[in-house]
Amino acid sequence: MSLMSLTALELGKKIQAKEVSAVEAAKEALGQIKKLDGSLNCFVTVEEDSVLKKAEEVQKKIDAGELAGPLAGVPAAVKDNICTEGVRTTCSSRMLENFVPTYTAEAVKNLEQAGVVVLGKSNMDEFAMGSTTETSYFGPTRNPWDTEHVPGGSSGGSCAAVAAEECSFALGSDTGGSIRQPSSFCGVTGLKPTYGTVSRYGLIAYGSSLDQIGPIGKDAADCAAVLEAVASHDPKDSTSMKRDSYDFLSALDEDVRGLRIGIPKDYFGDGLDEEVKSHILEAAKVLESRGAVLEEFDLSLVEYAIPAYYVIASAEASSNLARFDGVKYGYRTSEYEGLHNMYKKSRSEGFGPEVKRRIMLGSFVLSSGYYDAYYLKALKTKALIKQAFDRAFEKYDVILGPAAPTTAPKLGESLSDPLKMYLGDIYTVSVNLAGLPGITVPCGTDGKRLPIGMQLIGDCFQERKILRAAHAYEQTRAYTHCPLAAEQV
Amino acid sequence: MSKQYETVIGLEVHVELATKTKIFCSCSTEFGGAPNTHTCPVCTGMPGSLPVLNRQVVEYAAAVGLATNCSITRKCKFDRKNYFYPDNPQNYQISQLYEPICRNGYVEIDTPSGTKKIGIHEIHMEEDAGKLIHDEWEDCSLVDFNRSGVPLIEIVSEPDMRSADEVIAYLDKLRLIIQYLGASDCKLQEGSMRADVNLSVREVGSEKLGTRTEMKNLNSFKAIARAIEGEKERQIELLEMGRPVIQETRRWDDNKESSHAMRSKEDAQDYRYFPEPDLPPVIISDEWLEEIKARQPELRTEKLIRYKKEFDIPDYDAQIITSSKKMADLFEATTALCGKPKKVSNWLMVETMHLMKEHDMEADDLKFSPENLAKLIDLADAGTINSSVAKEVFEKVFLDDIDPDQYVEEHGLKTVSDEGALRSVIEQVIASNPQSVEDYRNGKEKAIGFLVGQTMKAMKGKANPGLVNQILKELL
Amino acid sequence: MANMISDETMEYVGILAKLELSDEEREQAKKDMEQMLDYIDMLNTLNTDGVEPMSHIFPIHNVFREDVVENDDEHEKILANAPAAKDGAFKVPKTVE
Repeated sequence: MSLMSLTALELGKKIQAKEVSAVEAAKEALGQIKKLDGSLNCFVTVEEDSVLKKAEEVQKKIDAGELAGPLAGVPAAVKDNICTEGVRTTCSSRMLENFVPTYTAEAVKNLEQAGVVVLGKSNMDEFAMGSTTETSYFGPTRNPWDTEHVPGGSSGGSCAAVAAEECSFALGSDTGGSIRQPSSFCGVTGLKPTYGTVSRYGLIAYGSSLDQIGPIGKDAADCAAVLEAVASHDPKDSTSMKRDSYDFLSALDEDVRGLRIGIPKDYFGDGLDEEVKSHILEAAKVLESRGAVLEEFDLSLVEYAIPAYYVIASAEASSNLARFDGVKYGYRTSEYEGLHNMYKKSRSEGFGPEVKRRIMLGSFVLSSGYYDAYYLKALKTKALIKQAFDRAFEKYDVILGPAAPTTAPKLGESLSDPLKMYLGDIYTVSVNLAGLPGITVPCGTDGKRLPIGMQLIGDCFQERKILRAAHAYEQTRAYTHCPLAAEQV
Repeated sequence: MSKQYETVIGLEVHVELATKTKIFCSCSTEFGGAPNTHTCPVCTGMPGSLPVLNRQVVEYAAAVGLATNCSITRKCKFDRKNYFYPDNPQNYQISQLYEPICRNGYVEIDTPSGTKKIGIHEIHMEEDAGKLIHDEWEDCSLVDFNRSGVPLIEIVSEPDMRSADEVIAYLDKLRLIIQYLGASDCKLQEGSMRADVNLSVREVGSEKLGTRTEMKNLNSFKAIARAIEGEKERQIELLEMGRPVIQETRRWDDNKESSHAMRSKEDAQDYRYFPEPDLPPVIISDEWLEEIKARQPELRTEKLIRYKKEFDIPDYDAQIITSSKKMADLFEATTALCGKPKKVSNWLMVETMHLMKEHDMEADDLKFSPENLAKLIDLADAGTINSSVAKEVFEKVFLDDIDPDQYVEEHGLKTVSDEGALRSVIEQVIASNPQSVEDYRNGKEKAIGFLVGQTMKAMKGKANPGLVNQILKELL
Repeated sequence: MANMISDETMEYVGILAKLELSDEEREQAKKDMEQMLDYIDMLNTLNTDGVEPMSHIFPIHNVFREDVVENDDEHEKILANAPAAKDGAFKVPKTVE
């Protein structure tokens, strides 16, 4: 049996028990990458030479008893918008093709402290803008379940790498669904924590008020373990929250009897694929059978989340991405006349179409005369959306719904119609607007054998509740390895 | 008869705060240093870096607000001002637009027609930009981010000033207040205080404001006065010709004594402000505000009253001494050491001012220590050195902050009060100046002055002048 | 289509964003933007009277650093990714105000 088919926690246990070494685990991950990544393109950068050295060092510490955590020696992928000192961090953009950060993001530091062996940097939509991982400058990532299909995005490389068992788990980032949607498309479990739970220091910003780093793994237990490792109060991130507890693993021991689950009717209306719908409702029934209390309700304002999200995210992005100007780092055009021409050419050549589209939109909605009508209006809408969730969480512990309206589309189907692509974010973006935690759990496949994901949303700081529900659901079914990975076993 | 015009002026004053570190990172604010040696990922806008606010910046900004009668915004926020320029590493500046820390204040200035209130519209906190150096050898510019992220406050006045004199008086007032608070050294030449002038003209009696221009690059009080004069004339000329004044930013060239518009197709002047998502708001509680108030040092007005009461020094002297914080600090520290306020005041008012003028120095450039001035005053007061020696020694103190005790000892400058030694020198002086002796004896009282001088000269200035006079009279 | 973006607006936004689009790109971007704005206009059907705009999700405030120098001279690292550098500084086309 391949070590990569184990969950991160199972592998970690074997490493602690000295049944396998961190080096063996890393070698197997590298082997799998070698076998599959040529066609899948989950990774932008694999640090082959240093991975084994890192694994050796980790193993030494494990042998010396210095590293005894559940993830020590486990190989992982890190999304390529999270800075790693000495390892290029590209945001899958030509702009940062050769950018080598001089510091490591807090979340990755935390992982390294836990003894995790980082294999490399995973592919993504350029600057996390997209839902398919097709906007990557380094080419699209393919869905390991069916390589004709996209893995989702923007953390498509991370989710596909986990599904293809090229790593034990991965870090992604989620601004409007970028962990939960590709997790759904790839049949893995992905968690977006409460805003402020994982430090954003070193995460290359897209929408600062929405961005969160989170774990992607085979199951809820892995997500809980990784979240426990990466979450911290970081004085370098002023929006980082000091939480009462960073204990997430122990939530898995609790059952769901009496857990109140709200099912928003507005999440099951037009646009939702029938197969997806029936699988989600079936999964809800499973939780009910385990003792949870289901109730349908009207969440309201669902249709306003996407426009509000695109105004806020694009506006912040237009400002966050202004620093890429060919002066301090990144791409600079080869020929130019004067400063402004250099700016314009460097940025126009360095950014892809989707990034430019959002920067233009963001600059426009902030420009003189439009700020109140667009940006301020969006911030007010955000306040109302937050209130709607607050009301819901007075009655329910968890909100249950789909993560995406459909299963993974085919490559090339989405980019032609941006608005349609944006509409696919309908079930995920409001969670970011309200700062809530959300997790996607696989709940079967459709007729095309493409995975379907169920999304569980919790109130702020209630990761334990959604982990508990996700874990309880997983107890009723085995993890389904994607066919491609299963062949390798 | 030609029309009478009135100039309407408002000021935007940027002040660099005297913090040890930058506003959003732990880099030093120390001046100088090789390019980019005081930088980090935050102040160079590296991808993924995030700002964390320096508490001291808030305290200084609030202190300046309190001292200028502002109301302090209890919940203030930061906003991003977006514009591309190479000295601006993120291509946005973190500033405050919607909720600045201070609002609605004023300072009082003295004008020929009495005290006048100049309104302060707001004070906000923001970060400074880096520096662009123009390369001498290559056709390029070089960017140094050492100043990037140095904390600034911008003090925006109401358009309440009507002349260059009022502008200078207002700036002087602000400078004094801020220096007294210790919030900045406020040096115009070095750029720790910078003023942009918003100016418009209108016909006297008109209620409506004219179109204003903003003038930048004013590095001295003189430049400000000249720029105001120049811009006023330019605008009046336009109006007289029936042409409109265009609202624009102009750069003053003090060498050419003229300004030019800083316009470019690429400068849209549309800053797309929006709330800074990386920084939570600052809430200033009653308790915190009280703490800041309690720590507020004594300002000039309070000092003036106290000096007169506590030290009994004349109003004029007190005005001069308190006209800079440096001088006031020197006065108080020296007085605390020697306990002779009037003598200290005298040394500062007379000899110090004299030497400052001679060396073209400002009070802030003074380098001598209160300890050495106090020692000198004690030496002179005890008669250990006479007044002319004291002046000579003071010049050394003034220039090199030498220790007067040691200096007097090493150079043998102590006053000679040995009667026997003096008497023999005086006898020689009398013998070699028969003409003066005769003049004196013939009733020319003044002639004795020459003989005293000769004696002092022979004694290399160290004689006790009283004793010399006494012996001379006796021998004559 | 309700929102009409003029060529002037596209050029203006290009100046703000420092982006230079080819004619083809600009036409596409214009169309996309008009379509997005039409969609965003849906927000106008929501009554937000009296609603406080929410920029920060959590009511945290007063996150400060103390005024203590902690950073060393790291100019080599800072310049490591510069497309062009000279004498320890970032090199840019000649820029005068």
